[in-house]
Amino acid sequence: MFTVFHPTVARLTYRALLGRRRALVLGILPSLLVLIAVAVRLLADGDPRSSTDVLGRFALAAMVPIIGVIAGTGAIGPEIDDGSVMYLLAKPVQRRTVLLTKLVVAIAVTMVFSAVPTLIAALILVGTADGIAVAYTVAALVASVAYASLFLMLGTLTRHAVVVGLVYTLIWETLLGSYVAGARSLSVQQWALAVGGDLAEGKLITSEVDMGTGAVLLTVVTVVATWYGVRRLRSLTPATEE
Amino acid sequence: MTTIQLDHVSRWFGNVVAVNDITVDVGPGVTGLLGPNGAGKSTLINMMAGFLAPSAGSVTLDGSPVWRNESVYREIGIVPEREAMYDFLTGRQFVVANAELHGLGAAEAQRALALVEMEHAQDRKIGTYSKGMRQRVKMASALVHDPSVLLLDEPFNGMDPRQRMQLMDVLRRMGDEGRTVLFSSHILEEVEQVASHIEVVVAGRHAASGDFRSIRRLMTDRPHRYLVRSSDDRALAAALIADPSTSGIEVDAAEDALVIQAADFGRFTELLPKVAREHGIRLYTVSPSDESLESVFSYLVAA
Repeated sequence: MFTVFHPTVARLTYRALLGRRRALVLGILPSLLVLIAVAVRLLADGDPRSSTDVLGRFALAAMVPIIGVIAGTGAIGPEIDDGSVMYLLAKPVQRRTVLLTKLVVAIAVTMVFSAVPTLIAALILVGTADGIAVAYTVAALVASVAYASLFLMLGTLTRHAVVVGLVYTLIWETLLGSYVAGARSLSVQQWALAVGGDLAEGKLITSEVDMGTGAVLLTVVTVVATWYGVRRLRSLTPATEE
Repeated sequence: MTTIQLDHVSRWFGNVVAVNDITVDVGPGVTGLLGPNGAGKSTLINMMAGFLAPSAGSVTLDGSPVWRNESVYREIGIVPEREAMYDFLTGRQFVVANAELHGLGAAEAQRALALVEMEHAQDRKIGTYSKGMRQRVKMASALVHDPSVLLLDEPFNGMDPRQRMQLMDVLRRMGDEGRTVLFSSHILEEVEQVASHIEVVVAGRHAASGDFRSIRRLMTDRPHRYLVRSSDDRALAAALIADPSTSGIEVDAAEDALVIQAADFGRFTELLPKVAREHGIRLYTVSPSDESLESVFSYLVAA
């Protein structure tokens, strides 16, 4: 019998993810985003340029992927690293159930800590005008799915998943993305913006790719990353001390 | 009746051979897997536990392959060597989670906790447990589904004597109930106290197999070497060589010590202090110079 979700695996995962220290780290960026939103609102008073800058450059380009790294790798990496994952694997539970459950938890945590604050910040900045808030929130939601699966897979791949994830996020998606056009069209952030941006009025939110392409690429990344993560977990062997 | 069969099993990591062509059947009762550190015991246990694919040969549980077969975990309980478990949970929460993963519940978890006598601390966080308590909670998590096979990797490591005795009792009981219990250890005394059957592994090879008496004899009947320093090495040497339990003595000038070859281990250990006292010689150092497990075991392999 194959199930996608095992409540016990989910409980262990979110308790590990939302342990005191990690929850604190997860909370920093969203709080910062809301603070910046309040400041911009007070100082620039709804200037659409500064508002989309905050949402596009900070929320979507930096906060969502970083939260994705923490939640995605954190949902499985530490357990693999310290060997406690063996308690999950030495059970008559299919390994893809273990991975898919962890994916669900990682996605949910990423959404709560990135899409929700994005929505709050957008409402503070521009209210409900021009569908901007909805557009960025949807972009953050779909990006959460892709990042969580990507970084969960990374967590099964290397014990340096956090570092690799951050380097990818900061160098590829943020830095190179600002200068190199090719890098921009190959980034989860741009694909998510393509999907979300379509919901905003006019051409307020732009992306390197069109909405259809963005949606397809996001799906492909999510499916491939999940498939590969399951594969890795199926042949995961404990780090022996011998 | 549950039997784990290893049939010409080898496992290599890159060009390092960790397990080399081992064929063995592990059946009901307590089996001790004995060998020095790095002999391949953990690799063997990991293969029996389905955590590692054999590079060659097959590992089966009553005929069905163990690798990539989650259903074998209905029969197998595993106590890993590594310490890490979910430290943010209480002992009870941890065992209940393990029960749930088997499709069982709190009642089974409670039974397992009682079995290892951990009820008194079950509501404390695992992070606060001593090594022995962790070991017992690990045991409870492995026993929660009443498995017919129990695999334990170095379960006595870091336990105090009382905890050791307790765990030995549990293992003996499991074996008497007809379960297949296999544990690894690098200490002969541990193994012979619990195991009715011993498999010795040295450098990835299956070195010996049998009951503990025959293995013990193999291990203690070999010649022993001691390094001895005393207030008068030469007088001590002269007195010792008169007794047949000593087969050779060498004066090691560099070490400023005697290297003594004892033919009869038991008799020599009684002789040495007696001779020293009779001749008014003070013993400063008495250390077995080849008592390292590697040399004990390599003697076994050569035998």
